[in-house]
Amino acid sequence: MPHHHPSEEMLLGYAAGSTSEPLSLLIATHLALCPECRRKVAAYEALGGKELEVEAPAMLSSDSLVSVLDRLDTAEEPAMAPPRPSAEGDLRLPRPLRDYVAGSLDSLDWHQRGGIAEASLLTERSDFKTRLMRIRPKTAIPEHSHHGSEYTLVLTGGFSDHTGHFLRGDVAIADPAVQHRPIADAGEDCVCLAVTDAPLRFTGTIARLLSPLLQR
Amino acid sequence: MGSNAKVASRAVPDELSELLIAVAVHRDRKAFIRLFEHFGPRVKSYLKRLGVNDSEADDLMQEVMLTVWRRAEQFDHRKARASTWIFTITRNKRIDAIRKERRPELDPNDPALVPDRDDDPSEAVSANEWRAAIRKAIDEVPEEQARLLRMSFFEDKTHDVIAKELDLPLGTVKSRIRLAVAKLRRSLEDLR
Repeated sequence: MPHHHPSEEMLLGYAAGSTSEPLSLLIATHLALCPECRRKVAAYEALGGKELEVEAPAMLSSDSLVSVLDRLDTAEEPAMAPPRPSAEGDLRLPRPLRDYVAGSLDSLDWHQRGGIAEASLLTERSDFKTRLMRIRPKTAIPEHSHHGSEYTLVLTGGFSDHTGHFLRGDVAIADPAVQHRPIADAGEDCVCLAVTDAPLRFTGTIARLLSPLLQR
Repeated sequence: MGSNAKVASRAVPDELSELLIAVAVHRDRKAFIRLFEHFGPRVKSYLKRLGVNDSEADDLMQEVMLTVWRRAEQFDHRKARASTWIFTITRNKRIDAIRKERRPELDPNDPALVPDRDDDPSEAVSANEWRAAIRKAIDEVPEEQARLLRMSFFEDKTHDVIAKELDLPLGTVKSRIRLAVAKLRRSLEDLR
């Protein structure tokens, strides 16, 4: 069982539906590995159920019911996700992450630098950086700073930094003020999903002068 | 008045769960119409509160109710109330239709899933108890804190917007939300 969990706010946001897709992906993948957080999310969804119960009913348009009844037996539910058998693909990657990488790490476009390989996901989003990282055993990740918080979910192997030791299912949260220098465990490669909620970086002199003011 | 409302909200959902089961097992249209009459206006109202305009909220509500009909057999009354299940459908439809994003969700049949002891059917009683206890914990969140949790998480409002609407300093809003979250977390942790 994981020992490092998403924050309560993340779990609440995921249950309520206010969390963005990249963070939801990380949280949902953690949930597959963490029964404890699944229970919490179920509880927070019940909070949403209560929202509906206490909601003052709105007026419906007059033909709403008829329109729904007419369609009950016609259209089929559109598939929300491609119907892939649960057991297909690399089981080190729980769903939903497995669906985002088409079943396997090999399908991704990896960029190797030293002992660290990275592959980007959800590249259409400019407000988040989402990537899988594969770090060779005992490799130190260069000290880095980031705008925004960085969330890391461990899938294989493990790593340590000054805040603790992280293994499969654990979520490490580094806020922007924290300088950290994670080191991968000996043994197997450490594969992680990393999400950074990075605001846009500005280049150019005036933008550089402005950018400290624009960050929250 | 407050206590009456509580009694009503406790009594109604059991009946609603039975209606859902009737839809799942017997494809019972009368039961579905009663579900529609109860939840349709509430789902629409919730969507409007989140800023969806009237006609779009009506359309989306119809999609929600169609999904309720089609997926009724997936409803497990041991795990959730009818209102909670329909909330999750509403949430996902909204993300899909309004935010145009995918909703990443775990797959309960994934062989990679780490099982909970409660997934064992012989433990269903403890799942029931847990569900009742969750409800009690939620009902016990003081209204002022519940309101902040609602605005911050269920209405997608930023702390700035909440501060303006409640005419409170931003710092106060942030610290009160933090307190409300911590209180809710503690009362859930006490359940175990």
